[in-house]
Amino acid sequence: MSVATEKAPAAAVPEPRATKKKRGPDHRPGLSRKLPYLLLAPAVLLELLIHIIPMLVGIWMSFVKLTKFFIANWSAAPWAGFDNYRVALDFDNAVGEGLLKSFGVTVAFSLITLALAWCLGMAAAVALQPPFKGRSLVRTLFLVPYALPAYAGILTWNFMLQRDTGAVNHLLVDNLGLVSDRPFWLIGGNALVSLITVAVWKLWPFAFLTLMAGLQSIPRDVYEAASVDGAGSIRQWRNITLPSLRPVNLVLVLVLFLWTFSDFNTPYVLFGTAQPPAGDLITFHIYNASFLTWNFGSGAAMSVLLLIFLMIVTGAYLLITGRRSRRA
Amino acid sequence: MRDTKGFKIYRAVVLTVLGLFVLVPLYVMATSSLKPLSDVQGAFTWWPSNLTLDPFVDMWRTVPLARYFVNSTIVSVVATVFSVAIAILAAFAVSRFRFRGRTVFSTTVLSTQMFPGVLFLLPLFLIFVNINNSIGVQLVGTRLGLIITYLTFSLPFSIWMLAGYFDSIPRELDEAALVDGCGPMGALWRVVLPAARPGVIAVAIYSFMTAWGEVLFASVMTTEANRTLSVGLRQYSTQTNVYWNQIMAAALVVSVPVVIGFLLAQRHFVAGVTAGAVK
Repeated sequence: MSVATEKAPAAAVPEPRATKKKRGPDHRPGLSRKLPYLLLAPAVLLELLIHIIPMLVGIWMSFVKLTKFFIANWSAAPWAGFDNYRVALDFDNAVGEGLLKSFGVTVAFSLITLALAWCLGMAAAVALQPPFKGRSLVRTLFLVPYALPAYAGILTWNFMLQRDTGAVNHLLVDNLGLVSDRPFWLIGGNALVSLITVAVWKLWPFAFLTLMAGLQSIPRDVYEAASVDGAGSIRQWRNITLPSLRPVNLVLVLVLFLWTFSDFNTPYVLFGTAQPPAGDLITFHIYNASFLTWNFGSGAAMSVLLLIFLMIVTGAYLLITGRRSRRA
Repeated sequence: MRDTKGFKIYRAVVLTVLGLFVLVPLYVMATSSLKPLSDVQGAFTWWPSNLTLDPFVDMWRTVPLARYFVNSTIVSVVATVFSVAIAILAAFAVSRFRFRGRTVFSTTVLSTQMFPGVLFLLPLFLIFVNINNSIGVQLVGTRLGLIITYLTFSLPFSIWMLAGYFDSIPRELDEAALVDGCGPMGALWRVVLPAARPGVIAVAIYSFMTAWGEVLFASVMTTEANRTLSVGLRQYSTQTNVYWNQIMAAALVVSVPVVIGFLLAQRHFVAGVTAGAVK
């Protein structure tokens, strides 16, 4: 494949010129102008087919009345204007109210999961910073939940959270005696607690991995100088570790937020098609709204609203953090 | 360096708490896969009293697990191979050439990574249905549709990470190869790629994990014929029974290859993430 792409543009270059200036792609204008585009072509084509065009189609879909009657013949779907948006944002009717509630749940889920995953990742990264016997073994173990296919880990939690046969209630009720009545974890109000626990379990190793990589770039003698000056562990962490990790944290927090906010796997594998209101994350909500009713237009409008929200948050985040680091 | 007594206590506490948090579900998964069905349907026990390997035998019969396994393997391997090859070419262009549209390409590709999958799901489903209706290429319910979708999912991050890796390889090396009469593609093949091997390995693992674990698109784009493990494992819950011991056995079996691959190459993965993050 690579040989073919090399030969095609090279043949277009006139022989004598190529031999006169004998060195480097930058000296052969015809080739150097075409080659990067040829190299990018497969990636661009796929991105267009799977990401860009579907996104544009999605925006178009949100403006038409695309119900199950028009799935196979979408060009016949009648224009709906802003109707899909009006329904999604009318918080007095069932559709809009459901979307608003789901949004609230998702904000809570996303922020708590993000905070917990970051704290656990940071705690572990700091604990593993100085070398000790068995360090690489512990690090390997900590990465397992992240390496596991998502559904395998979530299915295990699903089993553990069963009311009568699960390990969690066995521990809380039978072993520790903390609660007398076996709580339900997968339906009712506890669904959010379960979602957060499972999501943190899966995600904190990623925070750990990233922060650990960031800690490696802090030279040791900085800490040694600080200890000589009498700074304790906590002050060393606050004055050296945290500021040095700032660039890593900026990216990590944004990535964790975007991931948790659009988490689909956890609610889908944990709850199946029964969606408890307390665990109704937004992508899961949109998915069910679209595929249970086959009203794609309405689902597309909700997706576009989600996209706009994420873009605003991301833009504001980059603006604020960018301004603060310029001032610093 | 920070071997004070307080730090040692802190470390012991953190390692114990997090160790338990990580290990307990893995322990439950492993022990439950060795219990007979009556034991997983009754009250939970930490210690399995009746050990049996039957779940590992029965799981292939309860659902067509072997077929799901073959589907997942084909889809993930093919998607990984193409994703890595395409990412290498694109990353080489981004890293080694200055051309018009370079920044636009990089930012567009990277920003697609941050958008939620559900945004593409409905339109892509519709596009696939209509491609089938108009030119007869079946993409819903076939492995081909999944392969194309998954290989694109891992592209943005792979390109970004590899471009970071290529940037860290001195340009003098490719220039030396060019002087020796290699074309730019020869320089990529003989000089840049060997030096970037850890990055390529990391990207391959990432692509494979993405495809092997994907749930959302698999739940819509698969029918019984091309069902992958991520959706197939749900078939163990029937209306009459939930075969938890077989689910755990199957979850264990489908996880082992991925986890081992990831852990063996974790060094490269960490290095790859760092090289990308340092930029």
